[in-house]
Amino acid sequence: MNRILIVAEHDGSHLNAATAKCVSCAVQVPDAQVDVMVLGSAAVAAQAATLAGVAQVVQVENPANDSQLAAVLAPQIAALVREGYTHVFGPSTTFGKDLMPRVAALLDAPQLSDIMAVESARRFRRPIYAGNVILIVEVEADQPVIVATVRTASFGEVTRDGSASVLVRTLQVALPLHTRFVSMTQANTDRPDLQTAATVVSGGRALGSAEQFKLIEQLAATLGAAVGASRAAVDAGYAPNELQVGQTGKIISPQLYIAVGISGAIQHMTGIKDAKTIVAINKDADAPIFESADLGLVGDLFNIVPELTQRLNSR
Amino acid sequence: MAINRILVGIKRVVDYNVRVRPKADGSGVMTEGAKMSINPFDEIALEEALRIKERGQATEVIVVGIGPSDAQAQLRTALAMGADRAVLVQVDMPLEPLDGARVLHQLIVREQPQLVMLGKQAIDDDNNQTGQMLAALWDRPQATFASKVEINGEVVRVTREVDAGLQTLEVDLPAVITVDLRLNEPRYVKLPDIMKAKKKPLDVLTLEALGITPRHRMHAVRHDAPTPRQKGVLVPDVATLLAELANRGLV
Repeated sequence: MNRILIVAEHDGSHLNAATAKCVSCAVQVPDAQVDVMVLGSAAVAAQAATLAGVAQVVQVENPANDSQLAAVLAPQIAALVREGYTHVFGPSTTFGKDLMPRVAALLDAPQLSDIMAVESARRFRRPIYAGNVILIVEVEADQPVIVATVRTASFGEVTRDGSASVLVRTLQVALPLHTRFVSMTQANTDRPDLQTAATVVSGGRALGSAEQFKLIEQLAATLGAAVGASRAAVDAGYAPNELQVGQTGKIISPQLYIAVGISGAIQHMTGIKDAKTIVAINKDADAPIFESADLGLVGDLFNIVPELTQRLNSR
Repeated sequence: MAINRILVGIKRVVDYNVRVRPKADGSGVMTEGAKMSINPFDEIALEEALRIKERGQATEVIVVGIGPSDAQAQLRTALAMGADRAVLVQVDMPLEPLDGARVLHQLIVREQPQLVMLGKQAIDDDNNQTGQMLAALWDRPQATFASKVEINGEVVRVTREVDAGLQTLEVDLPAVITVDLRLNEPRYVKLPDIMKAKKKPLDVLTLEALGITPRHRMHAVRHDAPTPRQKGVLVPDVATLLAELANRGLV
């Protein structure tokens, strides 16, 4: 019997959709009981309890967890895992990427990053070399615990019609004081979330300036879409860092991805290869993005994007 | 008071411009003859360490590598950028991240640095694990995905690129910082610096000397090529694009 613990990601009051995707991955492990650990409020635990396939939610409430610092959360997670879990999964978001290796080291356990498919309880698929190679990797039988981050773009969310029990726990673990939260700067939050939006409009270096990047925002607003950006556009200061899509940014899987003025470097493409439909708008007919785009339009984005926005608005 | 020394990890990887493919039999990836470079994130970590030293906030920058004998080339480049000395822990087989972290931890025990700076991930295995694991083994703070680093005595304020925006943390030294792309732009190496770097110390150690036996907790079963996307169609104009999207129920 495999016992899988999923570390929930939340903002204090809402469970992040990435957790439902982790459950989706975990239920594919054969002969497994799936539990969710919520280091947070009862409200978040109640949301986790509705995730289909979850047997039990373990809620640990502690004011020290308010800032969700990896150094503070990791020893608590490790303590719970030592009670008999065989797997610990977290989402491959910046939260999970920061936290899970710290948990793995405390448990003296191996970690698999970005698992995209489950082949058995010990064998998983994950991308390496920016997605140019898919590695099938198997953890040795003598390892009692496997830690992993789940590539959220590879899994859908489970439904929310479950009714797991919630167990409130207190963990006797010494917590460090050497790391302190100072502040969080969030950009515009009225737009749909890049990681869960059905439609994403992304701009690249060809936009030329932060001012002209507004063309992307206008098109996105018309479509009710999230805004993304290539690394080049973020580096140039046209868009904030949290909008970066690609190997070192966000990995997304929208229904529709519209890439504007993005050449399609492999580092960018690895972030969108699970998009259902990719549309490319670029003036360079030889841009590599056209190799992967379902629909391509060669031309000047400064004519095409306003026309597209205007036609959509007048429909 | 300045930081005594900063330890910077330098990994030798296939250059980011090389398009890597799996071997036909799936036993590995084709890297023979490929251009090798310093992992780009590690280069940014080194640049930041050098700037901290140049501001008078640290006295020494040590670069450490774990890899084959050939990895000395990347350490020499790091010395040419301005590091004071280098240590290569020579291994014939790549180490898993946890073993890599154990090696770095042993080097910390020997060198007693107050700050360790690493790239947030290596662009070959894309693991993004070693820095966090090292911080856990060392029982010290971690500040990952740094886009700004400010040293204030015994405390470092780090701005981190996270999914929701920019988070700022304060950590007590000693600490591990892993760096993101926008922290800085690494300097170019000049020819006289390459000549000077040849005289800088580069020690080569073995795993045995550090008392470490690799664990091999996992093995590669196969390396596959990713499923390619089907090449789509070009449309002549915006009207046709919209009609196609409407057909597919996307707008």
